[in-house]
Amino acid sequence: MAEYAKPLPEITAESRPFWEGCKRHQFLVQRCRACGARQHYPRGICAACWSDDLEWLPSAGRGTVYAFTVTYRTQARGFRDELPYVLAYVELEEGVQVLTNLVGGEPATLRIGMPVRVTFEDVSADVSIPRFTPA
Amino acid sequence: MPDALIAGVHEFPERKTAKSVLEIQALSARAALADAGLSPQDVDGYFTVAGNPGVGPLATVDYLNLTPRYVDGTTIGGSSFVAHVNHAAAAIAEGRCRVALITYGSTSRSSGIAVGTRERIAGEYVDQFEGLYGISTVGLYALVAGRHMHVYGTTSAQLAEVAVACRRHAGLNPLALYREPITVEDVLKSPMISSPLHLLDCCVITDGGGAVVVVHPDVARDLRKPPVRILGSAEAVAHAQAGHRDYLTTAAAQTGPRALAEASVSHDEIDMAMIYDSFTITVLMTLEDLGFCKKGEGGAFVSGGRLGLGGELPINTDGGGLSSNHPGMRGIFLVVEAVKQLRGECGERQVKDCRTALVHGTGGTLGTRHSGATLVLGRA
Repeated sequence: MAEYAKPLPEITAESRPFWEGCKRHQFLVQRCRACGARQHYPRGICAACWSDDLEWLPSAGRGTVYAFTVTYRTQARGFRDELPYVLAYVELEEGVQVLTNLVGGEPATLRIGMPVRVTFEDVSADVSIPRFTPA
Repeated sequence: MPDALIAGVHEFPERKTAKSVLEIQALSARAALADAGLSPQDVDGYFTVAGNPGVGPLATVDYLNLTPRYVDGTTIGGSSFVAHVNHAAAAIAEGRCRVALITYGSTSRSSGIAVGTRERIAGEYVDQFEGLYGISTVGLYALVAGRHMHVYGTTSAQLAEVAVACRRHAGLNPLALYREPITVEDVLKSPMISSPLHLLDCCVITDGGGAVVVVHPDVARDLRKPPVRILGSAEAVAHAQAGHRDYLTTAAAQTGPRALAEASVSHDEIDMAMIYDSFTITVLMTLEDLGFCKKGEGGAFVSGGRLGLGGELPINTDGGGLSSNHPGMRGIFLVVEAVKQLRGECGERQVKDCRTALVHGTGGTLGTRHSGATLVLGRA
């Protein structure tokens, strides 16, 4: 596997289930057992009610583009060698927004509201990075 | 609102300097105290941001050889110094200090820091979900700009109007980095950095710094210049809301109404505004959320010369971050320029009969989490 030049996640005990899901190519969304709220990014408490009784819901991995920008200049590691690239918010069918990249589509064809699906890049034995691509 | 007054201000004049972050702050503090007619021995409250350098106030208080009895290192991005004014006023009203000194210094330009396009990773828990995707400050504002265009039909030409107004004002400010006039066309033809934001939609990168002195009314009585009153103030933080955010609403929607209500000032009483202009979109959305126009109508509002001197709401008369200076955290310059306008010290760029000014700082990024701090200032 070629050296991965972009930043890697610093996985903690709190976030490990999310990253283990990614390794299985499953995008997990947290759901609160106390109030039912769903959230991303994952964390140790429910952001709605502060309960710590949370479960992991496998997302269908489908959503729509909420916002995107085509970046032509950056100093960001790995990305500065692959210009232009697309930074985006995707809104999952499960109702949460996810900051991500859009890959596999011509920037000129991208639109807010267009359907997308998750895709995973296996960057090491331990880490798979979720991104989204036109559905 | 606590009755504290702004008695002295100073903007470090250089845009590129061989001086250190600490020297910039020391020279600015000395000048702001002289502006007020006070001396370093009078200072008993001190305010600055963390990382400026090190653990914020510790390094600077040591270097300046101060003995404060009140210290505040609030660090919420570029709006921090606007919030410091609010905190200083509260501390003074509580009797915890009488002469509060706020300082800032930065050598972003001479250190070669690409403030807008560098990787925006802060060493926080959230990095593992955001930092993987090539995030930069400009990218995280561009996301929101694109959505604003999609939802409200805002155009790049309308965003460019903000840059054109600021550049026109910079032409009247001998200290501004860029002073040659630009047109809407110039902005649209400048290189795209992160769509829809072009190079000229982005603030400049400079060195710089400044200082502000906030005092108790008893202190203000004997000073050499008429002090400026703090009529109203408010702060807020807007964030991702665990994945449920309307990114088209900024923290200004919370702070604007609160600060104006506290000041008992209406929008049409504001003679000029200093609006944090990290990017053109920042100004457009802030003006909407402060209530100067309806949400979604910012594009039309910023057009037609309304934001220029002689217009309905002159903004950023120093040229703003877009043309004058932006060392990374611009909030202190918003306060400095508003105070100078209220004192009638702005020469060619003076807003006629300026009685009431609004300052709004934005810190962080509109695309993830940001702070907003509003001040309503008035002539004494």
